[in-house]
Amino acid sequence: MSNTEQSVGIVAAQSAEFASALELCSGSVLPSYTLKYETYGELNAARTNAVLICHALSGHHHVAGRYHPDEKSPGWWDSMIGPGKPIDTRRFFVVGVNNLGGCHGSSGPSSLNPATGRAWGSGFPLMTVPDWVKTQARLADRLGIDRWAAVIGGSLGGMQALQWSIDFPERVAHALVIASAPKLSAQNIAFNDVARQAILSDPDFHGGDFYQQNALPRSGLRLARMLGHITYLSDDGMGEKFGRMLRSGEFRYCYDVEFEIESYLRSQGDKFANVFDANTYLLMTKALDYFDPAQAHGDDLALALRRAQAQFLVVSFTSDWRFSPQRSREIVQALIAADKKVVYGEIESSHGHDAFLMLDPPYVNLMRSYLRRVAEELGA
Amino acid sequence: MNTPLRPDLQLIADQVPTGARVLDLGCGDGALLAWLQQHKAVRGYGVEIDGDNVVRCVSAGVCAIQGDLETGLSDFADQSFDLVILSQTIQAVRQTEGILLEMLRVGREAMVTFPNFGYWRNRWQIFQGHMPVSETIPYQWYDTPNIHWCMLGDFEALCAKNGIGVRQRVVMDQGRRVRFMPNLLGSLAFYRVGPH
Repeated sequence: MSNTEQSVGIVAAQSAEFASALELCSGSVLPSYTLKYETYGELNAARTNAVLICHALSGHHHVAGRYHPDEKSPGWWDSMIGPGKPIDTRRFFVVGVNNLGGCHGSSGPSSLNPATGRAWGSGFPLMTVPDWVKTQARLADRLGIDRWAAVIGGSLGGMQALQWSIDFPERVAHALVIASAPKLSAQNIAFNDVARQAILSDPDFHGGDFYQQNALPRSGLRLARMLGHITYLSDDGMGEKFGRMLRSGEFRYCYDVEFEIESYLRSQGDKFANVFDANTYLLMTKALDYFDPAQAHGDDLALALRRAQAQFLVVSFTSDWRFSPQRSREIVQALIAADKKVVYGEIESSHGHDAFLMLDPPYVNLMRSYLRRVAEELGA
Repeated sequence: MNTPLRPDLQLIADQVPTGARVLDLGCGDGALLAWLQQHKAVRGYGVEIDGDNVVRCVSAGVCAIQGDLETGLSDFADQSFDLVILSQTIQAVRQTEGILLEMLRVGREAMVTFPNFGYWRNRWQIFQGHMPVSETIPYQWYDTPNIHWCMLGDFEALCAKNGIGVRQRVVMDQGRRVRFMPNLLGSLAFYRVGPH
């Protein structure tokens, strides 16, 4: 058994069907939709111990545990969630959800459009962070959760946690915003657009309706992932791991894989292109680009956050250049200006943006102590 | 829960008005802010460079912002605090004057405490040919974080130079207030300062 005593063990995904129409920021309306989710731990009688985990670009609802004992890898944040772990399932009832537009069981471009009986493809509407938060709130209603003890997310997940605190102030006790940003910079959007162009220009993309063509825009998605992956790692981290190492020990003067970093990126790209949906990737990057909660408040983030009732933990990592510590500080500055309770940790790490998924001890200690405090406060 | 504060922190705590919005620079484990939140209903933040201390602050229920004082207080808006506190830290910072000015940019008033270098025991050790080492200065000259020593008059001169008024001065030794020859007999100085 590869499961340790700190694992939530064997888990199963669940589906929730929503028949009431969902009006989206784009103006489109989804008449009905499915959300795939998982839960770990027990909801207490007072229903005060629920924690929502919001996922990032390529994440999903399978956050912790395994579907069967010999599943190769556990859920994507298994390191942080489980009995005795920082998000302690002996105290918290943890909910992971696949965002709408995803490709892991929730309604999305690759799922069937009930109106046509075919994959949604290019017909699936674009999503925004506030749209997701709205659907997560409906799931919370379904699960009988009036108020989250904590909404937690890294990167794009952190943006959802922040949005939750603004859109449903009375429903969030704590928001944990990790390796995130209050909005994307021009450089962030530029990287996203190159990734999108890689997909959109793949001849197998067919304008998003490749499902009917028995085609898969693998090369576009692979390139997009390779590019993205570079931005998740730090220069130092990549240098430590790969440096200028050569596969065969000497130059071969050709365009095949020569450097180890090329081999690594290509294999990451290949793996991803086989399991992820190209339309979902496009949609997720657009949701990132659109995120800007300050916009509706005269570009004043503090004003946007004034209505929040949550307490906040904001965490950044020193070597993260995708969403650098400075971006987290913008959130912290706005929270201070809005007179909100906030703890800010700037974690020394060489893991770049990916550090939010790693276990640098100062990060784990901070998460652990903060969530212990949350549990004590809410009687979880 | 109700552990008594270190005497120098208690000295500060006693002067803090109830309900104030407080910024504690170099807040350490958050003991002062935790006490103030509990006993004086203050709202506030601490700034702390050390990650382990930030974790201790969290356990104490204190809002700690991890950061380096030396790079300024850009996270905080002008005049957004009733009070900014710097306890036993001013002698260890590089940008001493800059920090003092920053404190009064973000706060309407500042409280500063520091070990008085003019204390007679320090002078005695210097007279004997050595840099002072004591309970309040527990470092050797080669490993001390304290790089900007001053005496009462030095600090007051720095304030005067920047148009900062001294509103209150308390000098202590061994937990007792020193009124007679404070620069000689006091080991710890407390100042409440603000614009003239």
